[in-house]
Amino acid sequence: MKAILSIKTIIISFIVFIALWQLIFITSNFNEALFPSPLNVWNALVEMVRDGSVFENTVASMYRFALGYISAVILSVFLGLILGWFKGLFKYVNPIVQLLRPISPMAWMPFIVLWFGIGDTPAVVIIFIAAFFPVLLSTVSAVGGIDDIYFKVSKNFGIKQPHILWKVVLPTAFPQIANGIHLALGSAWIFLVAGEMVGSQSGLGYLIIDSRNNLRADVLLATIIVIGIIGLLLDTVLKKAEKFILKLWGVV
Amino acid sequence: MYIEIKNAVKTFYQKGKEFTALDNVSLSIEKGEFICLLGPSGCGKSTLLNAIAGFDTVSNGSITIEGKEVKEPSRKNVTIFQNYGLFPWRTVEKNVELGLEAKKVPKNERKEIAKKYIEMVGLSKFAQAHPKQLSGGMQQRVAIARAFAVNPDIVFMDEPFGALDAITRMKLQDDVLKISKDENKTIIFVTHDIEEAVYLSDRIVVMTPNPGKIKKIIDVKLSRYRERTNSDFVAVRDKIFEILNMKHEPDIEYII
Ligand SMILES: Nc1ncnc2c1ncn2[C@@H]1O[C@H](COP(=O)(O)OP(=O)(O)OP(=O)(O)O)[C@@H](O)[C@H]1O
Ligand SMILES: [Mg+2]
Repeated sequence: MKAILSIKTIIISFIVFIALWQLIFITSNFNEALFPSPLNVWNALVEMVRDGSVFENTVASMYRFALGYISAVILSVFLGLILGWFKGLFKYVNPIVQLLRPISPMAWMPFIVLWFGIGDTPAVVIIFIAAFFPVLLSTVSAVGGIDDIYFKVSKNFGIKQPHILWKVVLPTAFPQIANGIHLALGSAWIFLVAGEMVGSQSGLGYLIIDSRNNLRADVLLATIIVIGIIGLLLDTVLKKAEKFILKLWGVV
Repeated sequence: MYIEIKNAVKTFYQKGKEFTALDNVSLSIEKGEFICLLGPSGCGKSTLLNAIAGFDTVSNGSITIEGKEVKEPSRKNVTIFQNYGLFPWRTVEKNVELGLEAKKVPKNERKEIAKKYIEMVGLSKFAQAHPKQLSGGMQQRVAIARAFAVNPDIVFMDEPFGALDAITRMKLQDDVLKISKDENKTIIFVTHDIEEAVYLSDRIVVMTPNPGKIKKIIDVKLSRYRERTNSDFVAVRDKIFEILNMKHEPDIEYII
């Protein structure tokens, strides 16, 4: 029942949105090349599906995204566990992290291109940077926030390193780390497009630049919608996975 | 003596000022005794317990178990905490197996031992449940099973039933009493519930604060299975009230 209700609200919200869009399209006299109608965009989308360009570019993007995001998650969780454990060390690392964190990953683009060239790498590196800091910081804070009682119990039962790390620290900190991993997905996805707008010859970001160059506003908007949908799907999948694991874990 | 505490002093520094949490505490405990540390908040019960359990050290004096200085927690002596300290991601069974894993007990044997102790605390039906799915009393039962499963010599408990309702509390008192006597364990039990102390203890160590010290040690010469309403029981309880200066003098004025 709840699911049906939410589907109902989703459908209504989209119908209203598309209707408004159509209304603005009819009442204004923008050039069709600048302001496409819902139907134009739909046709463009169908065309992209037919010639396979939407799949091709999505695959290219997903490959880069997976590479950048997953490597960032693995490295930042690993480093986060270490830095969270060795609080003294983190005191020295933290100021640098705080300085680097607010910098948009895009600011590094000139260096990235100079160092790594063009191709897949810039997008991968941008996604990596976008995901790295949030996951690192949430891992450090998760480890730092572990209730002392777990360590007392482990010590009492004679559990030693590295078991403390695997049997105590990681599982206790896991819910918060998972939350960080989940939140980082969103910001990393945002930067995918930006990363692919420079020097890529494929991918959804490239499709944006390409349709701009060809003055295809309909393709442009269709691509934007595809990016939104995939982002939403990724988020949903990860949210479900997070819930599932937490349940398995007995935390919720 | 089995456990020997000699002139134990513990000082803390609070805002640059020295604070004496334990002032020259001496106490000897025999093997198999059930000892309660009883006293109002801040009298140093936890501080003393933590020092005997090895979680903290004393500033002065000595604490020995079987002649050996206590320096750190030992797996031979297990502590049960007020907030249980169960691992939420482990099932009841896996929680009870925790200490056995560290002892490198083979898997099959681990399962068997866990089963026995889970049964002992009456949670067989919940062996595969996670702590979150259990009530506070049940969680504390799991912690008790986990502690006894490693076959410890001494079990330390710091207000283990402090967060439980009165009825659950009484049930768990019976459980702990039974297990400790059946398995002949030495128990050191912190509480500020006088009745609980009288019900459980062989000896009650009454402590007072500012600075934390032992006011009196009471031998509870009652039969093992006690009745809370029995006059001997009430007499011991009254005596402790008196020691803690909590007994009201009857009014002298009478209205005729
Ligand atoms: N780590 C610490 N640093 C500073 N002071 C402390 C510390 N631990 C305990 N104290 C002080 O020592 C005194 C005794 O504390 P303790 O926890 O042993 O009391 P308690 O008898 O267990 O009380 P409660 O019944 O409230 O648990 C208290 O006044 C407390 O403020
Ligand atoms: Mg205490």
